[in-house]
Amino acid sequence: MESHATKIGLGVWTALVVAFLWIPLVIIALYAFNASPIQSWPITSWSTKWFGVAWHDDFLRSSLRLSIEVGLAATAIALVLGTMASFAIQRFAFFGRDSISFLLLLPIALPGIITGMALNSFFSFAGVAFSIWTIVIGHATFCVVVVYNNVLARLRRTSPSLVEASMDLGADGWQTFRYVTWPTLSTALVAGGLLAFALSFDEVIVTTFTAGAQTTLPIFILDNLRQGQQLPVVNVVAFAIILFTVIPVWVSQRLTVGGETAAGGRVTAVATQTE
Amino acid sequence: MRKRIRSWHVVLAGLVAMLAVPAAGVSKTSALPTKIGPGEGALKVMEWGQYTDPSFAKKFEQQTGCKIQRKDAGSSNEMFNIIHGGGNGYDLVSASGDASLRFIYAGDVVPVNVNLIPSWKDFLPAFKSPPHNTIKGVHYGVSLQWGPNTLIYNTKKVKPAPTSWSAIYSPKYKGKISVPNNPIQIADAALYLQKTKPSLGIKDPYELTKPQFDAAVTLLKKQKPLLLRYWLYPADDEKDFKTGDAFIGATWPLQTLTLQASKVPVKEIIPKEGVTGWADTWMLTKNAPHPNCAYRWMAYAATPQVQAKQALVFGETPVNPKACPYMNKIQKGSCAGYHLSAPAAYAKSIRFWKTPVKTCGWGGRTDCKDQQAWNNAWASITG
Amino acid sequence: MAVDAAREAGSFRGARLRLSSVLWRRPWLKLVVLLVPPVAAFVAVYAASLGAMLVSSFWTSDSFTAAIVHTWTLDQYRAIFSLSDPTYLRIAGRTIGMAAAVTVTDAILAFPLAFFMAKIAGRRTRSLLFVMVLLPLWSSYLVRIYSWTTILSKSGPLNWFLNGLGLPDAQLQFTNKAMWIVFSYVWLPFMILPIYAALERIPGSLLEASRDLGARGSRTFRSVILPLAFPGVVAGSIFTFSLTLGDYITPLLVGGPGSSLIGNIVSEQSASNLTFAAAYAMVPVGVMALYIALARRLGAFEAL
Repeated sequence: MESHATKIGLGVWTALVVAFLWIPLVIIALYAFNASPIQSWPITSWSTKWFGVAWHDDFLRSSLRLSIEVGLAATAIALVLGTMASFAIQRFAFFGRDSISFLLLLPIALPGIITGMALNSFFSFAGVAFSIWTIVIGHATFCVVVVYNNVLARLRRTSPSLVEASMDLGADGWQTFRYVTWPTLSTALVAGGLLAFALSFDEVIVTTFTAGAQTTLPIFILDNLRQGQQLPVVNVVAFAIILFTVIPVWVSQRLTVGGETAAGGRVTAVATQTE
Repeated sequence: MRKRIRSWHVVLAGLVAMLAVPAAGVSKTSALPTKIGPGEGALKVMEWGQYTDPSFAKKFEQQTGCKIQRKDAGSSNEMFNIIHGGGNGYDLVSASGDASLRFIYAGDVVPVNVNLIPSWKDFLPAFKSPPHNTIKGVHYGVSLQWGPNTLIYNTKKVKPAPTSWSAIYSPKYKGKISVPNNPIQIADAALYLQKTKPSLGIKDPYELTKPQFDAAVTLLKKQKPLLLRYWLYPADDEKDFKTGDAFIGATWPLQTLTLQASKVPVKEIIPKEGVTGWADTWMLTKNAPHPNCAYRWMAYAATPQVQAKQALVFGETPVNPKACPYMNKIQKGSCAGYHLSAPAAYAKSIRFWKTPVKTCGWGGRTDCKDQQAWNNAWASITG
Repeated sequence: MAVDAAREAGSFRGARLRLSSVLWRRPWLKLVVLLVPPVAAFVAVYAASLGAMLVSSFWTSDSFTAAIVHTWTLDQYRAIFSLSDPTYLRIAGRTIGMAAAVTVTDAILAFPLAFFMAKIAGRRTRSLLFVMVLLPLWSSYLVRIYSWTTILSKSGPLNWFLNGLGLPDAQLQFTNKAMWIVFSYVWLPFMILPIYAALERIPGSLLEASRDLGARGSRTFRSVILPLAFPGVVAGSIFTFSLTLGDYITPLLVGGPGSSLIGNIVSEQSASNLTFAAAYAMVPVGVMALYIALARRLGAFEAL
């Protein structure tokens, strides 16, 4: 199909783009081991001392804890609502079905600042004081669609005749769910949940509008970056984040049947939505 | 929890009804505390950088058990945005004069009992009940420190040494100039024009009629291509002078001190046209979660020793003249250097930040440009 | 005791059976049970929030106290679309231009890579590449921007590299060019993955057929691959475009004088002039609505 030269050209291009994607990550990883508190290049002395400093930073720890709590709560909500919505959409045909899909998709199709600003106006008018729950609500709005997409994709691949067969054999709804639907669904839920958590854990724009005086990990990083404070600690945190993202991405990759579509999560949402 | 659930009922009850929640007014003075209770173990402050510097805050934390969590602001607008836009959760805000009255009238801060601040009675008379934090005898906070916005320059690169603000409006140092990213900079331009273009008839750099305002904005628009950048946080400003990217600019004394401490050849001056400046107040927010720690900090920050330390960290002048000997002890001659020995005349030479409003303080006019006009103009200059 | 437990379990099972047969006979009931909670939550929170924002964009804020004045007015929109002071139009224009530039850049960078992944690379290379693209997407967005602030800084790795080649410094720090590079960088995976997904679905036989019919590589690309992959590009562009339209962190960290985007203005004024911020936030909503409508028109959605 393509000439040999084209193939080589494409290969070189691919290598360059992958390098473009990775060099910044590598550089940050290197800075985490920079002994000097000043960010100069090339790095002349190496040390792991900033890992200790970061580990003992109380504020960093409380930010991390808040991020994890928010991520777990938002993921739980997303799992429940996303799964319900995907069952409704997959198993039934009804008027307004497309509009509902579209509504669920909006929070990630529209810029984060819209979600943030909208929730901010809403909370301020409703007189809702900012708390961990305002952040959770903000995050859940865009996490739902990730779970929804993963579960929907899985349901589409599961033949409805399996459920019918189970019912014909005398199983009630619960048993069918427990022994037929659940086993086919569980990995999609884990994958969707992991991705929802990762999205929430990384979110900064929606958070700034819904957090008030609270500090999540991304807000901690942003504040320090803007004010040029504690950059060595930020480097360590950045390195740790790069390292720890490997885990959920890898796991969710392994858990999804058509791995590749599901792992893109946010990205393929538009595509799967409108299939 | 209860409150939240109730709010959700409101939500369901209907959007429009909910949107009509009336705006808060000035908070009532009813329930002033009469004594400071035990600390709550934490204190959240929205501050100007180093206003709770560990060099003097550590001791406070040990004494009271109130662990300080700080968030630094780069401008009064940012402070207002964060506190007014849902900053419940913060206890104290170190508001400058251009934000303090907005906080009071927006209902974001509450009155404080100055009798609980032992050092308050020693304050310079002008800072006991200044109009920017005291209304009809009600104190909305405790005065803190005050100082000038200065002209900084690199002594190796800028020769001869500048004496006028004209240096940051001239193309001589194109691409090497840095100024703050803050709408209140319009006042700096107006102050310069007040002296260099008397025909405009500028009386007060914060009370500008349209032609005066337009002239200041035009000057700043011409300045923009000469700039390296607008800095938002002191650290950005410091970095630019440290790397040698910036030679000259408008700054706070904090940056000059920090740079000099790390042996960067910089100096700051008060140019001949005069300067703008700030007079700050620790203000207690409505619904502060840790009011006792907040009171404890306000009392602590007013003591002579702490006033002296903070003054020399940031490069500003205490409101408590008893700080003088402590300043001299830390750095010889610094009390006189920061004009605490003759504060009245010095304070007069600084045009303190205040919120621009429609009512001009002169000539009975009501067509001065207000805060929103300043914000819009700043967006049109920088954006 | 045991009997009781058994009876209890029996009645529990009975209830369950009754419930499931009720749901089985009345599927609409099941639909309602499944659909109401997520839709109600979305309408009560998300749609209501968008509504609140829209409503407040027709009010004004007090200049001094920022209190919201509940009188209906188009003042905010007048300020945005003012021709006598086109500040906000200019900023909107810059934002949209930046979003377009980033989208085009990402499409150009992504397409050959996605093609290589989908059609040329072997199984193992493909899954390796997949992870190489996916990991940057999921590693912290802030961290990736931050890395560029160090790379582009005056004494950073980029200038060190250029000087090593005997070239002068690249003056990219605090410029719009820097924003363009960083935006293109952070959103790139969002473009690669949908294009890859689209290309992967093109059956190899189609390409063979094209070749058998005598089409050369370039003709096959133009007439077969591009039309089939285009919906993927559009899907990716929705992300690159939308994310750039709403971002304010990148301008803050790598931009300079004259780098403000819509997001910066919205976030700066969100408390002091909430009504204006709400109105200005409607601009990206409008732009995205147009963009998605256009994408639909182009058949991007049906084809996917």
